[in-house]
This record gives sequence, structure tokens and C-alpha cells, in this order.
Amino acid sequence: MRKVKFTQTNFHEKLSTIIEEFPRLDDIHPFYGDLLHVLYNKDHYKLALGQINTARNLISKVAKDYVKLLKYGDSLYRCKALKVAALGRMCTVTKRIGPSLAYLDQIRQHMARLPSIDPNTRTILICGYPNVGKSSFINKITRADVDVQPYAFTTKSLFVGHTDYKYLRYQVIDTPGILDRPFEDRNIIEMCSITALAHLRAAVLFFLDISGSCGYTIAQQSALFHSIKSLFMNKPLIIVCNKTDLQSLEGISEDDKKLVEEMKSEAMKTLIGQGGEPRDGAEVLLTMSTLTEQGVIAVKNAACERLLDQRVEIKMKSKKINDCLNRFHVAVPKPRDQKERPPCIPQAVLEAKVKEAEKEKKRLEKDLEEENGGAGVYSASLKKHYLLANDEWKEDNMPEILDGHNVYDFVDPDILQRLEELEKEEGLLQEQEDDEVEMDVEDLTPQQQKELAEIRKKKSLLIREHRIKKSTAESRPVVPRKFDKDKRFTSERMGRLLSSLGLDPSKAIERVRSKSRGRKRDRSTDHDMDVDNDGSNKKMRARSLSTSGSRSRSRPPTNELVPGEGFKDSAQKIKAFKLGKKSVEKRNKDARKGVDDDDHDLRRGWPVMIEVWMNVGGIQKMRAYDFESYFLFGRLHVCFILVSFYTFLNL
Amino acid sequence: MRLEKCWFCSSTIYPGHGIQFVRNDAKIFRFCRSKCHKNFKMKRNPRKVKWTKAYRRLHGKDMTQDATFEFERKRNRPERYDRNLTENTLKAIKTIDKVKFRREETHHKNRMKGKVAKERKEARKELDQQIHMLVAPGAMVKDTSAAKVTVKVQHESTDENRMEE
Repeated sequence: MRKVKFTQTNFHEKLSTIIEEFPRLDDIHPFYGDLLHVLYNKDHYKLALGQINTARNLISKVAKDYVKLLKYGDSLYRCKALKVAALGRMCTVTKRIGPSLAYLDQIRQHMARLPSIDPNTRTILICGYPNVGKSSFINKITRADVDVQPYAFTTKSLFVGHTDYKYLRYQVIDTPGILDRPFEDRNIIEMCSITALAHLRAAVLFFLDISGSCGYTIAQQSALFHSIKSLFMNKPLIIVCNKTDLQSLEGISEDDKKLVEEMKSEAMKTLIGQGGEPRDGAEVLLTMSTLTEQGVIAVKNAACERLLDQRVEIKMKSKKINDCLNRFHVAVPKPRDQKERPPCIPQAVLEAKVKEAEKEKKRLEKDLEEENGGAGVYSASLKKHYLLANDEWKEDNMPEILDGHNVYDFVDPDILQRLEELEKEEGLLQEQEDDEVEMDVEDLTPQQQKELAEIRKKKSLLIREHRIKKSTAESRPVVPRKFDKDKRFTSERMGRLLSSLGLDPSKAIERVRSKSRGRKRDRSTDHDMDVDNDGSNKKMRARSLSTSGSRSRSRPPTNELVPGEGFKDSAQKIKAFKLGKKSVEKRNKDARKGVDDDDHDLRRGWPVMIEVWMNVGGIQKMRAYDFESYFLFGRLHVCFILVSFYTFLNL
Repeated sequence: MRLEKCWFCSSTIYPGHGIQFVRNDAKIFRFCRSKCHKNFKMKRNPRKVKWTKAYRRLHGKDMTQDATFEFERKRNRPERYDRNLTENTLKAIKTIDKVKFRREETHHKNRMKGKVAKERKEARKELDQQIHMLVAPGAMVKDTSAAKVTVKVQHESTDENRMEE
């Protein structure tokens, strides 16, 4: 129910606005009414609006009926059906008025573009045959930009321009051309101008083409004039002869002249009708040429003048004038005697005026410049007017900079005096300087100097070496003494160094030589099975002599037999070691720690030991290498035992 | 045209050189070359940068107060041109320069006065202390000890003689 009501109200609103917005032809100014009638048929217009009105009423009725029905609807389905029906009927009604809506829309668009003509203000109307020069005229006197083309009916509707005269605004209306036809045969465009002529109270300018270049003779044009002169009732009329550049008024034929005279007399009638004195027809008949702009302004002025006069007259005759009349009053002092009183100018001013006229022009710098070659060639001497003690100094070039100093900083009127003082001071200082300072400390002897130089050289050498060692120690590996190419670590060299320092090197060299191990082949190689104490002692001694001092003596060499180990002889020991190594070799090659190198040692069931430097945290684990070595040693031990057992068996 | 002083190193800026920086408080900083400009941008204090004049003056390396400095002063009121005065000024500038130079030299000499004596003392000390680089102490001691022994014997003999007597 609500939906139906809502739709109805919507429609009602929309249609009402349309009806309201469109103007009623009877309510508006007859000029506009006629114009609208001319452009869009009055009857058609009224019909369309009427149709919309009926549609609106129909929709309201439909809505009312269906709302009543809906109130007594028994089921939901019925209600829905009713609603649908109501909306449907409203839509069909609207569809029927569709074409008239379209027509009204067109009218609306066109009406919006109609020129805004105020029927009550001062208006000048321009009429005449097509192509006589009406639009050119309006282009000349106003800012309107009307199309001017050689073909007829370039102007298809009314155009408005505005112009000023004596501080008043005048509307100038350009009309489409009118042809000489009976009234009924006229088309819409001509009717426009006829309407304008009929309804607007304006000054009329009837354009006449003297030269006939519009395509119509003066006879035709005058015929037109006579046929529409009824429209010129009570309007100030001016006949304008255009295109005088092509043909002047005097040059036309006799018949044409007669016709023109007739028109003039008609125009004069209107002038008389206004109440003006019959004068020479100069005011009524004017010539001009829009091309050369000759006489255009005169025409405008005449038209404006005429219109103004007419309007003033009318106003004066009306009742309202009496109210305004008291406001116009110019006060003039009454002359008390016939004495003449001209304006008073003081004597000095008159004299000065005379003098100025006589005085010749002063010579300017600009003239000087022009004389000497113009702007680019001559450069004015700016120092010409300097006020100096001596005029010879005017063109001097003073240096601004000297030896890295600004000269202006030193300029001082008493600079000479100060300079003298300075010199005196300087003289005194120099005398004081001549006393020499004695040396307390004596110089070193040449021998001492040589020694000192040597000391310094050695020191610098040490420092340099240290610096090199320091920088390379971490980044580059140091070559071990074994591969010493430069022979820096030989005992001869040491001996030489020591002797240069003044010491006896022989003992040092002896000691060094005794401690070195020598070549492998030179050492003794016999190891017997029964080891004598003496023999062992000898061997121990030999060993002590053969091994270098840096090696510790706590551990015996690996190949030598130790009694507690359980080997038959050194050969057996060597073999045992080899076997042991072989078992580990493969694992070592794979870089494995244990048999299964995983996180968990499967055999023992606990994780493989990690290095202490891997900061895992928690309990401090026993050092890895201790454990490893422990186990390894244990294993080795086991291997030895096993191997010895087997060899024993074999044997 | 004016020769300005570099704000950082105090050297003269000739026309066409250097950069001028105007701060928001309208103080103008002129620099003679990009070295000074970059140092300024790093917010370095010229009084701490060794090679600038400001440092040298502050630490007494260069002359600070002198009569010759009074001659060169920025004058804001222009003097009317006088040819004789200008001539005298130009000559004066030259002599003032000479005097200034001489005074700077004496200043430098005074600064370096004790240097030779100090150097000699240091050399002597070094020689005494570092002689071990040339001659091992052992070698030196042997000589002296030998001399000592001989003296001792002589001394003893004289004593014994006395004792006998």
C-alpha cells in the first residue's frame, strides 16, 4: 500500500513541477508570448501541457482506487497482485504522454537559449531586407558577435547587443531579414522579426541597401517598407542607407531617388507625430557604410537621440512627472548688475607660462649619449661631477687590491705619521736582536755522532721489522725455520752478530751445534731383543745426545721397546702400530669422529662429545680431547693386546 | 671588489674562488676552497685543526699582537679621494708588509730558541743509554773489570807492605 502511495506521490510531484515551470502564455509579456507562439505553436504547447495535467490526475485516481482495494485485500497474494496492477497502470499512463514530454523538453532547451530582451527598456530595432548589413551594423556598435555571411538568412533569430549613449544603456536588437510577402506566407524566422517590431516599443532603423548588392532593388525595398509601415506607429523611425562605399546617395537613379523621398516623407510623419518641428529631413534619412565605418556613429547617435526624446516626452506627459519635477532644479546666482566678471588668474602664473614657452630645453645626458654614438657605443663618465680637492684627480683609477691586501683598509689621513712611529720602533727592536744567545750545551764529537747515527739506524731497523711482523703475523703464515731460504738462522750468522757486538761466539756456536739432532740416517739403528742395562743406558745416553733440546725426555720414542707393553721386539711394536693406524685410517679419511658419526653415539647411548668452545651451556663437560684421547688410548691398548695375542698365536 | 678572509683557515679569498654560506641568522661564512667548506660542514672547530691560522695563533705558533696589525682595519666610512693620500698609502702598504714579515721571523726564532741545546742533550742521553746496540754490555764490563782487578792488586800490596811494617 505504501509503495503504491509512494509511486503516486512521486509522479504527482514530477509532473506538477513540469507544469509549473513552463510559462503560461497569457501571463507573460505579449512580446514573449507572441515569440513563443511564432517559434512553437501556441496550441500545440497548450495541448502538451494539458496532456500532462490529465496524466497527473489519472495517476492520482488510479492510486486512490487501488489503495482502497488494497485495504480490503484478504490474502498476501492478492495484495501483491493489486500493487503490481496499480504500478502498471501508472506506468502505462506515463508511457502515453511520452511524446509530449519530449516535445516539452525540446521547447525547454530552446527557450533557455532565447536572448534576454527586456521589453521595457530603451531598445533600438534594426530591420530590413536580408543582406543589407544589419548584423554588420550591430557588430560595429555593440560587442555582439553576430554571424555575417554573404547568403541570405544568416541571422535566423533575434540577437541582442548593448551599447551606451550619454551614460545610458541601450538594447540593440538585430532581426532576421524580412521579405516582401503577404502576412500569411511568412515563415517562422520572418515572424520573429515581425513580432519584435509589433510589440517592442523601440526606435526603428530601417536599413536600405543603396547599392543593391543584397540582391534586391531599391524598388523592392521601398515596397517592403510601405507594407510594414503600419508597424512603425508611434515609433521613432530612421531610414538608414547602407553600403554608401559602393554607391553614394547622390548617384542613384531618379526613380530610386523618388522612392527614397517617399520613404523619407513617411518617416517625417512619424517625427511630426511625436511633436517635433518639421525640419530638414537630415535627421530622418542618414547614410553610412559599415565597411568603412563612415557614418556609423552618427546613425547610432541619431537613433539614440530620437528614442531618448520620445521617452522623455512620454514621461513628461505621464502623471509621474510631476512628482519628479521638483527634484530638477539648477541654481544660478542672480546677476545684480551688468558688470562682467571673468575668471581670475594670478599674474605670476601668467608670467611663468609665458617664460616656459620661451625657455629653451636643457642639454641632458641622454642627448650627450645620442650625440656620441648611442647606447652601446658611448659610456657615460660617472666621475664627471665628483667634488674633489683637485679637479685633475677626477678620472684617476685607484687600485683596490695590492699584494693580497685591500687598499681601502689601509687608507688613513695620518698614515704617514703612524708609519714613522713604526719605523722607529722597528729600529729599536733590531738593535736588541743583535745580542746573541750563548750555547750552554756542547756538541757531540764526530766519533760520538757516528755512533749515535748507527744506534739510530739499528733502532729504526728493529722498529721496521717489528712493524712488518706485527702486520703479517695474523694474516700470513710464517715460514718455518726448516725452509729458511735467506739463511737467517745459521750459526755462522749468529757468530758474526755476536762478534760485531764484541762477544766471543765460539761457545755459543758449540752449544748450538751439540743440541741439533742431525740427519736421520746418521743416528744409530740397532735394537736387540735382550736389552742390557748397559746397553739401555748407552742407548739412553745416545738418545739424550741425539734428540734436540726442545723435545721432552719423559716419553720414549714410539719405535723403541718399553718392557711393560708386552711386545716381543720393536718390529712387532711397529707392526702393531701400523695395524692400529690402519683401522682408524678409513674413518679419519671420512672425517668421522666415531664409528657412527651422528649426534648420538649408538653403542653407548649418549650424545657425541662436542668441543668446549661450542658454548652450549649447562654443565661444564669434560674436555673433549681428554675423553677422546682416553677412549682412543683405551682402544689402542685393546688393539695392541689383541694384536700381540694373535702374533703370539701365529708364532 | 674586496679580498675576504676564509672563515676556517683565515687565508685570503680572491675573487672567483670559494663558497659563501649564509646561515639563517644572517651570518656569512666564506670559505677559500672546498677543503675548508667540508671541514666546516663536519662541524670541526678551526681552533683544533692544526693547519689553520686560528690554531696557530691560539697556541702561540704565530704572532698575535703587534702594531702592524693596527694598520689594516675595515673602515666603514669612505674617505674622499685624495691622490697624495693614495700614493702614500700604497707605499706604506709595502713597508708595513716588510716590517710585519721581519717581526714574524723574530717571533719564530724566539720560539725555536732552546731547540739546539735540547737536541744536543737528548743526543747525549741516547748515546749513553742505547750504547748496548753497538757494544754488548758483557764486552764492556770485561774491559772495566780487568782494569779494576789490576788496581785492586796494587792496593793490596801497598796495604800488606804497611801491615808488615
